[in-house]
Amino acid sequence: MRAVSKAAGYKATVTVTLKPSILDPQGEAIGHALQNMGVKGIKSVRIGKHIELEIEGGEEKVLRAKLEEISKELLSNPVMENFHLDLQAGG
Amino acid sequence: MRFAVVQFPGSNCDQDCVHALQILGQEARLVWHQETKINPEEAVILPGGFSYGDYLRCGAIARFSPIMAAVKVAAERGQVVVGICNGFQILCEAGLLPGALTRNEGLHFRCETAPIRVETPTTRFTSAYVTGQILQIPIAHGEGCYRASPDVLQELEARQRILFRYCNPEGEVVAEANPNGSSHAIAGICNARGNVLGMMPHPERCCEPEMGGVDGRGILLGAAGVGRSL
Repeated sequence: MRAVSKAAGYKATVTVTLKPSILDPQGEAIGHALQNMGVKGIKSVRIGKHIELEIEGGEEKVLRAKLEEISKELLSNPVMENFHLDLQAGG
Repeated sequence: MRFAVVQFPGSNCDQDCVHALQILGQEARLVWHQETKINPEEAVILPGGFSYGDYLRCGAIARFSPIMAAVKVAAERGQVVVGICNGFQILCEAGLLPGALTRNEGLHFRCETAPIRVETPTTRFTSAYVTGQILQIPIAHGEGCYRASPDVLQELEARQRILFRYCNPEGEVVAEANPNGSSHAIAGICNARGNVLGMMPHPERCCEPEMGGVDGRGILLGAAGVGRSL
């Protein structure tokens, strides 16, 4: 039988990126700056957000569902952004 | 008509809205975002500015302010809700209008008077105007590039919910006249019921000749239900 995963604390990282269909003018501007620096071979630059959350203990499954909801409702805007959630025990 | 102008931390067009409404003969009160009540007879304005410093995304945090629950109820009851600039961003984040406003395509913060074309004069907000009328309205934003899924854009077009488009001085909708890269050159849209308006240009900034023009009057009077009196 598999024990329910329950740790004393967690660290969650939510990475928010613009959907591929959404133009990223900031990323393009950085791409131009890289060209000006003389860096070659950069095909594209996209900017996203990296959000770290420290969380008290709890059941991982419940926590993951809650974090998915938070990511959809507040941390990202599903109209124009995707998110990736990474959850690690031991906060 | 009595207006409730919501103040979020970082709003900066709230006083301008109150002033513009008052010189147009309307009653207006400021409502702090921590308040929870909008009266049933009031129209609501979410003014421009930088609510919560534009942290995370423009309007993303303001959407969770206590007053927003009351604004949602007011919109559902059919009361007038107008979001101007940051207010438009908040309405999109809150789901009261579809789509989202993203970084201007050219990256510049655009602060200038932009001609916009009236597309649909049959709404309460545009009843003072005629189709194709060109209005000179100030814009001031860094994130006004309207984006929505193809389905939503099609719906907005089909239901004539695009009230204003950016245009050149001749009234032509061309790429060079689009200050932020908005899809379909959208400057303002309304909801399906026609009681919620979101627009990036600032009508409250052009209601007196001393301010360089009066083209914004019709929009605010329209919100008050007396657009045709103009």
